Amino acid sequence: MSLDASHGSEHVQAHRGRPTLAVWKFASCDGCQLTLLNCEDELIPLAGAMDIAYFPEATRAVVEGPYDVSLVEGSITTPEELERIQHVREVSRRLITIGACATAGGIQALRNFGDVAQFRSIVYAHPEYLATLSRSTPVSAHVAVDFELRGCPIDKHQLLEVLAASLQGRTPRIPSYSVCVECKRRGSVCVTVAHGTPCLGPVTHAGCGALCPTFDRGCYGCFGPQDTPNTMSIAARLTELGMSEPEVVRIFRTFNAASEPFRRESERHETATREVTP
Amino acid sequence: MSHKLTDGGQVMHVGTLARVEGEGAMHIEYHDGVVTDVQLRIYEPPRFYEAFLRGRAHTEPPDITARICGICPVAYQTSACWAIEDACGVEVPEEIASMRRLLYCGEWIESHALHVFLLHAPDFLGYDGAIEMAADHPDVVERGLRIKKAGNDLMEVVGGRSIHPVNVRVGGFYRMPSREELRSVRGRVERARDDAMATVQLVAGFDFPDMEQPYEYLSLRAEQGYPIEAGSVVTSSGGAFAVRDFPSHVREFHVEHSNALHARLDGSPEPYVVGPLARYSLNSDRLSDAARAAASAAGLGPVCRNPFRSIVVRAVELVEACTEALRIIDGWSDGVAPSVPVPPRAGEGFGASEAPRGTLFHRYVLDDEGIIRDAQIVPPTSQNQASVEADLRRLVEAWSDLDDHALQHRCEQAIRNYDPCISCATHFLDLTVDRR
Repeated sequence: MSLDASHGSEHVQAHRGRPTLAVWKFASCDGCQLTLLNCEDELIPLAGAMDIAYFPEATRAVVEGPYDVSLVEGSITTPEELERIQHVREVSRRLITIGACATAGGIQALRNFGDVAQFRSIVYAHPEYLATLSRSTPVSAHVAVDFELRGCPIDKHQLLEVLAASLQGRTPRIPSYSVCVECKRRGSVCVTVAHGTPCLGPVTHAGCGALCPTFDRGCYGCFGPQDTPNTMSIAARLTELGMSEPEVVRIFRTFNAASEPFRRESERHETATREVTP
Repeated sequence: MSHKLTDGGQVMHVGTLARVEGEGAMHIEYHDGVVTDVQLRIYEPPRFYEAFLRGRAHTEPPDITARICGICPVAYQTSACWAIEDACGVEVPEEIASMRRLLYCGEWIESHALHVFLLHAPDFLGYDGAIEMAADHPDVVERGLRIKKAGNDLMEVVGGRSIHPVNVRVGGFYRMPSREELRSVRGRVERARDDAMATVQLVAGFDFPDMEQPYEYLSLRAEQGYPIEAGSVVTSSGGAFAVRDFPSHVREFHVEHSNALHARLDGSPEPYVVGPLARYSLNSDRLSDAARAAASAAGLGPVCRNPFRSIVVRAVELVEACTEALRIIDGWSDGVAPSVPVPPRAGEGFGASEAPRGTLFHRYVLDDEGIIRDAQIVPPTSQNQASVEADLRRLVEAWSDLDDHALQHRCEQAIRNYDPCISCATHFLDLTVDRR
């Protein structure tokens, strides 16, 4: 693998043989960076192709930036993180977000809805009092992002593809179609058509390999919305299958709750009882 | 980083602890060999799980609480299932409990292999990390990765994927893996068991600082076998109580320098410890023959009080988890219903299991439609914070003659003894966090 240095900061390449990799953590569960360590067969070859320069979960050694590739896990939830993500951008030639937290705000973005309910008529009484921000936001709300990898958690093969593409200076081959395409390819029986099981597959971004239907379960949207999701249509189908309005709200309001299509659809079904807010 | 204070004291501060899961820092002040302040600072941001679980359906905690931790999601899923089934008055059949145990074995294998080989062993062999270590000890690192992969493979077969498995539901599983599917990973688990035996031998030969820990141990104890997915609570001072009494024995409290709650057992000001050392010391009589033989060959007695030897105990638990997994796979027959119905009812339920890092407790209050009205989660790393700090205090006082670099390294190692999972520990409800 070789890095195409035709764009970006060439001085990084000038004094280092191998491209450098940094892994950063914000508010998250550690699962997406664990995916890198779960590449058991590829980890040592990867460490040969890239210089793992900053990855506190794996090593005490720190190589000073700037870095050719930064993987960012987690969402932005504190004032300190607001500053740190700017620093990460400054020292990164390519910044790639990994997972639903960094890409869509994660499950901790459920606070975004809670605040709306709780502080409806109060405009941030004491923002200085909370070291935590009232909203959890994706990295792209604060800095430019070169690529967003979806999933809660991300898929290990997609992570390796994104790293290989970064090394080769090409666009990662990550399809943006729905889980349904993967499900058909896999030859699984449609759980909605055959069994009437509610499934978010038609509106959910591919990447997991359509895992849930192979376990007789409907998709629950870990990878967030696909490129052109018709959430209204799927919501109508969920209702036909017997889901109540609060249940429809909740199914859109999990790990990608703050992604625009899922947020809008969940709010459309929110009832006066506000069952879903803490 | 270490610097002198104007009054002659010294401060040791590590801003980002490496090779731990999550974000923490260490801050120690000492004066003439006497420690005046020790803080394991957890600055990992709170994510408020217990807040947003309120208003969710009783079927949702396995998927939601899995996201507290990417390294031990099965622990969260399992404790959540027990607690909700308890609230609804449902007891799952033995086969479903066995399948939970099998999935949990996969998580122990993956998590312990990660800690023993990638996070902890580099301390003993003198490297910054496993990748640096691989240059000189490729066979050791490859063995670790092989064991870790076997754990992940097992979780994939039972749970669909190793991080945030999709197949777990309240009442059991969405689909039971077939005997044939389970047999497909058997060879890899068997090899992992042999690799784990070799690992016990390897780590037993490391150099361990001489340090005995006087603290109380707390662990689950099961009716049969080593405690993994279930049990009731026992302590080293002879305490024994049901999981539902956990909240009346363990009280959580908030200290200023940590975004994770600390915990106290029965009002004692002394710290208590959960995790491999506690589990082993309270259950070494329950190990399988293979694991007991490995422990004995490694020089472990029935009780282990040296926190640095936790790496040996983890290796023994690797043998135990592989042995248990093989036993369950070999005894499995098809035709078991994947789940039992868990109709909601108003009530309170309690659940606990032994996460790789120690006892993980969940409590839920449901209304008559199964909507969660209250949730409480006590993760192992929260419970261990006080003992981590007490260890650091003892260590700095005992080894104040070491140079700064060596002492700092030993302190970091003392924290890693606990395999702290800081992402897990930081999730609590309290919004009035003072981080200054």
